[in-house]
Amino acid sequence: MSHSSRPLVSLRGVGKVFGNGTRALESLDLDVREGEFLSLLGPSGCGKSTALRIVAGLSEPSQGTVTWADHAAANDRARSIGFVFQEPTLMPWARVFDNVLLPLRLAGTDRASAKPRVMEALARVGIADFAEAYPRELSGGMRMRVSIARALVTAPRILLMDEPFAALDEITRFKLNDDLVALWRELKMTVVFVTHSVFESVYLSERIVVMTSRPGRVSSEIVIDAPERDSQFRTSAEYAATCRRTSEALSRAMSSRPGAAA
Amino acid sequence: MNASALRFAAPAAVLALGVFAWDLVVRLNGIPPYILPGPGLVASTLVSDWGILWSSLLSTMATTLEGFALAVAGGVGLAVLFNRSRLIERSFYPYAVILQVTPVVAIAPLLLIYLPQQAAVLVCAWIVAFFPVLANTTLGLNSVDRNLTDLFRLYGASRGQVLWQLKLPAALPQMLAGIKIAGGLSLIGAVVAEIAAGSAGAGSGLAYRIAESGYRLNIPRMFAALLLLSLAGIVIFALLSCLEHFALRRWHESALVREG
Repeated sequence: MSHSSRPLVSLRGVGKVFGNGTRALESLDLDVREGEFLSLLGPSGCGKSTALRIVAGLSEPSQGTVTWADHAAANDRARSIGFVFQEPTLMPWARVFDNVLLPLRLAGTDRASAKPRVMEALARVGIADFAEAYPRELSGGMRMRVSIARALVTAPRILLMDEPFAALDEITRFKLNDDLVALWRELKMTVVFVTHSVFESVYLSERIVVMTSRPGRVSSEIVIDAPERDSQFRTSAEYAATCRRTSEALSRAMSSRPGAAA
Repeated sequence: MNASALRFAAPAAVLALGVFAWDLVVRLNGIPPYILPGPGLVASTLVSDWGILWSSLLSTMATTLEGFALAVAGGVGLAVLFNRSRLIERSFYPYAVILQVTPVVAIAPLLLIYLPQQAAVLVCAWIVAFFPVLANTTLGLNSVDRNLTDLFRLYGASRGQVLWQLKLPAALPQMLAGIKIAGGLSLIGAVVAEIAAGSAGAGSGLAYRIAESGYRLNIPRMFAALLLLSLAGIVIFALLSCLEHFALRRWHESALVREG
């Protein structure tokens, strides 16, 4: 992928201590480069979700700094960031259209002028036909598509995803993985993807940052420069080798600080 | 017989049996109407006294509806206020509980001393009815999905937007449950206050008619008035259940029909 190596957002020495004393993150240094697909990989409770929330501005770091490359991204968080939660997090009382409309509506855009953008976002994730449905009428995978469409509707520069496919079955997950890679290519946006699945992170990412747990910090980094991400890649020797390498990195990360685990 | 027919046929059969037994007991024992009137006499009293009973029903219903409307407005309003400020909630919630747990029958005579009768009756209806709305709406407002709250924050939603587009819709199922309870309770509040006021000699509601008929040993009219009160309660409950169903039918689990 051709992207500049300029960081879009940089975390320096970021630490997070929760009210109950849990040290979720400690001196975390992380650069998210413009246009890359970056995965944060680590065991449950390693603070990767916390790191993502700090990037989104949903949580304040206890120590350290978060620096955005330019003022536009720093000042207009609402337009620069798309966030996809682990659950679809849809408003059950609103139709699919209104769920996707939400970010624009909160920004004061009227319904009529927002409609083309909402329909475009729905079409991108392949659910334009379900605009009038209620969330409960959709399957788990479809709900997640609505959630992605909602994140895309503001045309964000960076898409933050917090284990979005963890609760889905494998067939649905593979399909959504493929669609996500295609979207990333097409929209040329930056994606930060939090996961605990080695296979998913290798399949999707250009770069994987492996994190240790309690406190969370960067343990190692793996760069994957395979140009094509498709079923052929999924069955290739390169994919298998990278998965093995990543698994080893993950085991090292999990055993590197045995005394630190609570 | 299919399920929906059974739903109506079974209680109707119980009603018919009950009325038949009642009639039989009155006839066989020759019970005089000033002790226990038969169902036929109650029905004919309902027809012959319709003028006076109807105007009393309207009076009671007017109080009930006013009390109910104030209870819904007050309950939801207080819940929103409590949700906005922890300090206000901590300061006033105990008093809302005290108002609720003190039996309204005991409060009514006191209110009648200080307030004009119409106002006292209304306040009674409000006191009993507002609490379930307050308690349920508070529960609803406090159980909004945290991720959705984060999402609204991420997109820079104002407090008003969070209230109208997130919190109130999310609290709607609990709010409607509270409102359904409040409907029945406001009728009870109105009746209690009317009975308390009835001894003071004023008033014209159905409960007053019951008290008055009791003094005059007009037992058939007591039964007729009681029947009307019951019917009024059933109608209120049915209307509010309908409202709940239509407001939630598309999205909330409670209103969904599940097959098989």
